Amino acid sequence: MIRIEHINKKFRKLVALDDINAQFDKGQVISLIGPNGSGKTTLIKSILGMVKADSGKIFFNDELINGDPSYRSQIGYMPQIGRYPDNMKVGQLFKMLKNIRNVSEDKVDEELIDKFGLKQIFDKSMRTLSGGTRQKVSAALAFLFNPDVLILDEPTAGLDPLSSEILKEKILKEKGKNKLILITSHILSDLDELTTHIMYLQEGKLEFFKEIDQLREETGELKLGKAIARIMKGEKFNSEWIDGMFVVGEKKDEKNPSLPSE
Amino acid sequence: MIKQKTMLKLSRYVLYDIVRSKVILAYTAFLFLVSFSLFNMEENSSKAILSLLNIILIVVPLISMIFTTIHYYNSYEFIELMLSQPMSRRKILLSEYGGVSLSLLSSFLIGVGIPVLLYSPDSIGFSLLFTGISLTLVFTSLAFLTSVKARDKARGIGFALLLWFYFALIYDGLILLILFNFSDYPLEKTTLVLSALNPIDLGRISIMLKMDVSALMGYTGALYKDFFGSGSGILFTVGIMLLWIIFPLWWALRIFKKKDL
Repeated sequence: MIRIEHINKKFRKLVALDDINAQFDKGQVISLIGPNGSGKTTLIKSILGMVKADSGKIFFNDELINGDPSYRSQIGYMPQIGRYPDNMKVGQLFKMLKNIRNVSEDKVDEELIDKFGLKQIFDKSMRTLSGGTRQKVSAALAFLFNPDVLILDEPTAGLDPLSSEILKEKILKEKGKNKLILITSHILSDLDELTTHIMYLQEGKLEFFKEIDQLREETGELKLGKAIARIMKGEKFNSEWIDGMFVVGEKKDEKNPSLPSE
Repeated sequence: MIKQKTMLKLSRYVLYDIVRSKVILAYTAFLFLVSFSLFNMEENSSKAILSLLNIILIVVPLISMIFTTIHYYNSYEFIELMLSQPMSRRKILLSEYGGVSLSLLSSFLIGVGIPVLLYSPDSIGFSLLFTGISLTLVFTSLAFLTSVKARDKARGIGFALLLWFYFALIYDGLILLILFNFSDYPLEKTTLVLSALNPIDLGRISIMLKMDVSALMGYTGALYKDFFGSGSGILFTVGIMLLWIIFPLWWALRIFKKKDL
């Protein structure tokens, strides 16, 4: 569905993407992971055409994305930090997008609007919303037009546990509809139940792109985070980032060291 | 057909957002008050037009540029949101331009147009309106260019102010300098060209020559009157103004298409 060929991007001297090649297909849930500043968001924005790559090609359904924006009607995008017109009310925002996209009411997927209870805040202006509520609006917008491809940039960051669960359930549901889903997240435990493929970026380079089952087999670990940590150490990547992620997890284990064995 | 429709829709949202900001209402009220009081104070309507002209030549470019720049940076989020939708960059920028220029134009037409139609509905009045409309469009277009080019709001507004200073004040000084230094040579044709390089000057000259004051300008004035009064002179003015509107906007579009957002 999406094919990326030799994408390079530099921001002045900083190399954001360094010769990335990849192929994403229907039914896959791809987790894009890597330390901060490794180029995840830049890659996503290149696919969306918001960042123009210096060289390389991106194909969407075998068509080169170059100028014609119509392919974006099949993509639902949830940005890392959702920024919306301040003066607009929540309800107006949804109405405007439906109006611009020219989609009839019955073809719209409003499940998240209902489950997040966004209808109650339809007359609040975007300016007054908290970060988490904004995230909910972003999520509801990404799923609104029932797109074939979902691109979610840090979807659960800033959401409360309950909403985070609702969103994960929704992602799982969409996964069942044979859609392509791209997720970036630092919270690896969130990705555990969703992911089919792992794509690891570091300093703009694609370090590996593997199926999760293969990864589990190679490392003998069932948990995604641990599997990745093992790979990192074995292949001698800079594993500081992944170690950092585990400090929290291990402490948790120490608190109840011996659960009664079954 | 469909493309035009979505652009109109977008422009409508831009317009709606602007009207709610109230700055545009204040601008309309200001122009309206100034025009009305000038027409009421001066007994001779052509004198009033002259005073109004001087105010318009300063205020319209300034407000157009500052307002457009601030609006552009404030609607950055809107632009970002639209970019994730199936919407081309060209369409997004042009509908922004449409929305902003339409609101500034309607301000001008209500604030100055109505009083002029009431007190001085003659050729001088209409050419004043023409000048105001063109200057609004020209400076909105220039402001789009500077805001697309500048990286942040402070730089953007700085650039805009600098350009306004140049066109409204510095340019005239430069012309005077040239005229003084080369006063021994015949400069009529040169000044004609020089006036085309500044839309504010072009607007001023095309109106002044319609008035009685042009008699005070001697030989140069006569030559100008000959040129600007003729059909080709009017075409020249309109053509140059159009270039001043289209060229910066086209350039802004080119930059915007390649920009990372």
